Amino acid sequence: MYDIDVLYQAKSVQDAVKLRLAHPEADIIAGGSDVLVQMREGKRAGKSLISIQTLDEIRGVKLEDDGTIRIGSLTSFSHITRDPIIQKYINVLGEAVDQVGGPQIRNIGTIGGNTCNGVTSADSASTLFAWDAIVELTGPDGIRRLPISEFYIRAGKVDIREGEIQTAILIPKESYEDTCGHYIKYAMRNAMDIATLGTSVNVRLSADKKTVLRARVAFGVAGPIPLRAVTAESLAAGQPVSMELAERFAQAVKADIHPRDSWRAAKDFRMHIAVESAKRAFIESVKLCGGAL
Amino acid sequence: MKKYTGKSVLRVDAYDKATGRAKYVDDLCPKDALIMKICHSTIGHGYVKSIDTAEAEAVPGVIKILTCFDVPDIQFPTPGHPWSTDPHHQDPADRKLLNRHVRYYGDDVAVVIAENEIAANQAVRLVKIDYDPLPVALDVQEAMDPSLPPIHGECPGNVIKHTDSRKGNYEQAIQEPGLIKVEGWYDTPTVQHCHIENHGCYAYEENGRIVVVSSTQIPHIVRRICGQALGLPWGRIRVIKPYIGGGFGNKQDALYEPLTAWCTTQVGGRPVKFECTREETFVSNRVRHAIRTHLISYVRPDGRIVARKAELFSNNGAYASHAHSVCAKALGSLPQLYPCDNFEGDAYTVYTNRPAAGAMRGYGMPQATFAMESHTDDICKALHLDPIEYRRKYLMPVGYVDGFSKNELYADSFNQCLDEAIRATNYYEKYAAYQNQTGSVRKGIGVSVFWYNTAVWPISLESSSCRMVVNQDGSIQFQTGETEIGQGCDTAYSQMVADAVGVPLNMVHAVSTQDTDVTPYGTGAYASRQTYVGSFCITKTANALREKILKQAHEYTRMPIEILDLVDGDIVRITDGRKLMTLGELATECLYSLEHSEHLTAEETAQVKSNAYSFGCCIAEVEVDIPMCKTRLTNIINVHDCGNLVNPALAEAQVHGGMSMGIGYALSEQLLFDPKTGKPLNNNLLDYKLSTFLDHPHLEARFVQNPEPTSPMGVKALGEPPVCPVASAIRNAIRNATGVSINCCPITPHVLYREFKQAGLIEE
Amino acid sequence: MEKHITQYQTVHFNLNGKDVEKNVDVRASLTDMLRNDFSLHSVKKGCEVGECGACNVIIDGETFNSCIYLAVWAEGKHVRTLESLTGPNGELSDIQQAFVEEAAIQCGFCTPGFIMTAVEILESGKDYTDDELRKLLSGHLCRCTGYENILRAVKSAIRKTQARRREAAQEP
Repeated sequence: MYDIDVLYQAKSVQDAVKLRLAHPEADIIAGGSDVLVQMREGKRAGKSLISIQTLDEIRGVKLEDDGTIRIGSLTSFSHITRDPIIQKYINVLGEAVDQVGGPQIRNIGTIGGNTCNGVTSADSASTLFAWDAIVELTGPDGIRRLPISEFYIRAGKVDIREGEIQTAILIPKESYEDTCGHYIKYAMRNAMDIATLGTSVNVRLSADKKTVLRARVAFGVAGPIPLRAVTAESLAAGQPVSMELAERFAQAVKADIHPRDSWRAAKDFRMHIAVESAKRAFIESVKLCGGAL
Repeated sequence: MKKYTGKSVLRVDAYDKATGRAKYVDDLCPKDALIMKICHSTIGHGYVKSIDTAEAEAVPGVIKILTCFDVPDIQFPTPGHPWSTDPHHQDPADRKLLNRHVRYYGDDVAVVIAENEIAANQAVRLVKIDYDPLPVALDVQEAMDPSLPPIHGECPGNVIKHTDSRKGNYEQAIQEPGLIKVEGWYDTPTVQHCHIENHGCYAYEENGRIVVVSSTQIPHIVRRICGQALGLPWGRIRVIKPYIGGGFGNKQDALYEPLTAWCTTQVGGRPVKFECTREETFVSNRVRHAIRTHLISYVRPDGRIVARKAELFSNNGAYASHAHSVCAKALGSLPQLYPCDNFEGDAYTVYTNRPAAGAMRGYGMPQATFAMESHTDDICKALHLDPIEYRRKYLMPVGYVDGFSKNELYADSFNQCLDEAIRATNYYEKYAAYQNQTGSVRKGIGVSVFWYNTAVWPISLESSSCRMVVNQDGSIQFQTGETEIGQGCDTAYSQMVADAVGVPLNMVHAVSTQDTDVTPYGTGAYASRQTYVGSFCITKTANALREKILKQAHEYTRMPIEILDLVDGDIVRITDGRKLMTLGELATECLYSLEHSEHLTAEETAQVKSNAYSFGCCIAEVEVDIPMCKTRLTNIINVHDCGNLVNPALAEAQVHGGMSMGIGYALSEQLLFDPKTGKPLNNNLLDYKLSTFLDHPHLEARFVQNPEPTSPMGVKALGEPPVCPVASAIRNAIRNATGVSINCCPITPHVLYREFKQAGLIEE
Repeated sequence: MEKHITQYQTVHFNLNGKDVEKNVDVRASLTDMLRNDFSLHSVKKGCEVGECGACNVIIDGETFNSCIYLAVWAEGKHVRTLESLTGPNGELSDIQQAFVEEAAIQCGFCTPGFIMTAVEILESGKDYTDDELRKLLSGHLCRCTGYENILRAVKSAIRKTQARRREAAQEP
């Protein structure tokens, strides 16, 4: 039994928007794997909930006419991993969310919930940062889109305004074209764990596979919200592919990350793992693009 | 006759558990039971000044709120030990049902009894407790500081007990010229049992008595403790134990049965249910003692141990529970495993402001084995000796007898187990190949042996009773006070009963539920004692039953008893093997006889005044990714000598479970606390890193069977031993891979990062 | 304190092959409803936060921890629990039989949840490597078995199910 004050069940996105406006005090519940857990803990006890769990219209992955990949916010992790569009164009996202919790959690957990939580350890978030994902919100004034980096305001706080719900995550074609990536979840065990550090790298190589045209790297748990290591990215752009580049790229991430000390892990430990993970993920991404080191 | 023992028959409870029919505590609880929830202290140490329940009482659905100011002024002991009528051997009685002097973050201060869970939880959040805080001491050495206010007034300095063990003359022996000193401090963590069913119980009154249905390993002991805690005659309490979802020692304690029993008396005997949450299971049940062990060995260049000193500091947490018994067992093992003429040992069990430590699978031996077997490899490293050859040379020799327990090593068990593990892993080849590796990922192989004492004699009473009842069809119910907790006791006992009585296995019914009103006395499931102790009480009861059966068979067949036997359910004439009648025919005749009706039953108590050593070893293989500070366990084998196997398939399964627990102990499990407040940081199954399906390689379990001569069925301990050698084997494998000796477990990435940096394997 | 008015809702769904409806407190989890309103006690509570897998059930073909799934969400769904596997005369399904035969059951508390995940694996009809099976089963914690015999049981049931399918395919 959950200590829910009132449960409102949205019948459509528009209905959800109305409910949000009518009950601004209520929390949105999508899959429940976070909200219900926090409610049981006492953190959200006694709150009202707006359930959007049954809104199939924002579930599923589609390729839009302009090549944008549209991931409905309620798409579960397991559906993302199994989706042929994801597998073809941005497999790393499927691999990243395939490391969330365990199979049952991946069946209930949604990408919308994972991002709306605003937590830095979310397995999807670093990859979405690394791929310049766009967050789509639907509210009383229609649709609003913003880059994921702007969606995250601070730890636990994202830019969802009055009456809004998140309806999709979009990956523009420019972002994923000719690009391959790799995600490394560093955790204390191999299942049912949260990331001590999440590292997502992707690269685009020149036609002859000898030069890095673009490299992107994002981290989870290297700061209060997911973040990009732009110094490393600009260092790699235009450089010839080599092991030495992988090493320099990895060392350069230190300029932008600022993990903290917590009981889960020490700052210097996270820093060390970030460098090693960036190196390994970079090498793997280059290999996936057909490059040789 | 040995027809069923030794065979891998299917579990007698498997069908019910595979279909969801098996009933556990919560499945049996009446739907109208009131719900009890506990207000736990939010400071690590101090006194409750006052409690304001006004707001909480106003929550609709709240029936009653009871606090530490309301409970009987009775201190009681909780551990699942047989009661001692000698006051000097009684366990410390150091807690009340609810406590004003709170001693750990999470201590029980007040309870809410409500009509439903939500009301109870809401009220718990609204109870306002005002405290006078005292300094918190989480570490053993810190808590031994005499200037601190004691955690229990009756125990200044917080040392619950100190025992020593002396042999020869240590100080004199170390004067011998040419000795090499090897010294180490070995730390083990606070871990929790993590049975998947949390402890829970419900209580109600019936005919002026209190009935408690509980997830416990020790129903008869819980009855006694409930009586003591409530100040009631023990016969006023009835405890029922249905199937339980694992125990591993946590439920070898009275947990919340006394409090729940008391609560029902406060609401007119209405049923009251208390279910621990997982968070409570981690903190407010029992944990394993974290033991810090200091070992100093003086050895000759050939490795001979001339003198050895051991100091053990056991972190007992806030309440005594099993207290010093655990550390005493650990200390006791050290001079036996590697006998040494000059030994000085001191063991201290110390109150701290951590959760109370109690019994947990292995009872001090995982801690002692981690220390001793890590230290043994340290000696080998210092002397450049081969770890296997060293052990073969200096381990307890065949014929060794312990003066106290009179236990004896009858067979060459250690060498046989080592040989088997070495063959299975190709140990020597790998050990040699893994020396002096370079590169970022390195392989290693490590070994550890263990020793384990079955049961509790001569420290405590060993007594077990059994009742057998023959039905009209010749089938038999049997009952014992020893409990099925998942380990397979009902199945093993059924096999033993079938053989001991002489009936087919499918004619034997284990009464799985213990009910202290009807189940004969037995102390329960702990100390890996059931097969051993059961072999006595089942044999004795079976003999008594057979005597009655054959006497009746004589009446009906007119054959002299001397030539009659009961074989697989038939009365057989030994001289020509002819089946004269079935046991069913005999039982029916006897029961309905108009002349001398007799219900064929037997009940006996066997007191056991012997004990047995169990032995074995573990070999582990690892791959260590140095830059990532990660260990991957790639292969692991345990080999055990636990005497005759009653059921090889279940024995193997038991070993798997123990190995799994050992793997978590070695690499990932540890309950963490905020150092200032004592607040638990990871008391849930996400943050406490119990091994998952993906954290294990294949687990290989093998056996060497040397029948134990002191047991009528040649059996001895298996339940706990598998966990003991695993952490040290893994630790030694990591050392083989990297050259780095790590003297604490769990060996997490955080530990490897620190150690590898220190060793220069990774850059700062 | 404001008196709380409990909110109820009628849920219609298919439970173990049978259409059912139940008026439930909207605050109930699916675990609460299955245990309390339908007496399906195979659905166990081990953590109530989706970490142990003991309450696992199949909803529309996928496994879910019913403890973190609201009962009202079951509306219109097909829900299956362990109780659905046993035949009308108490016959065990292949996977239940395999758990019994491979000594994959000890205390039995994690067993129902594990078996339901295994059902999803078996019904996929796919072949898996050991590593893949370990990953598919990794949403369940077990303290008794070290997972070893559970893996054996799932593999054995896969073999048996495949053999049955081959036999069925060969029959005219």
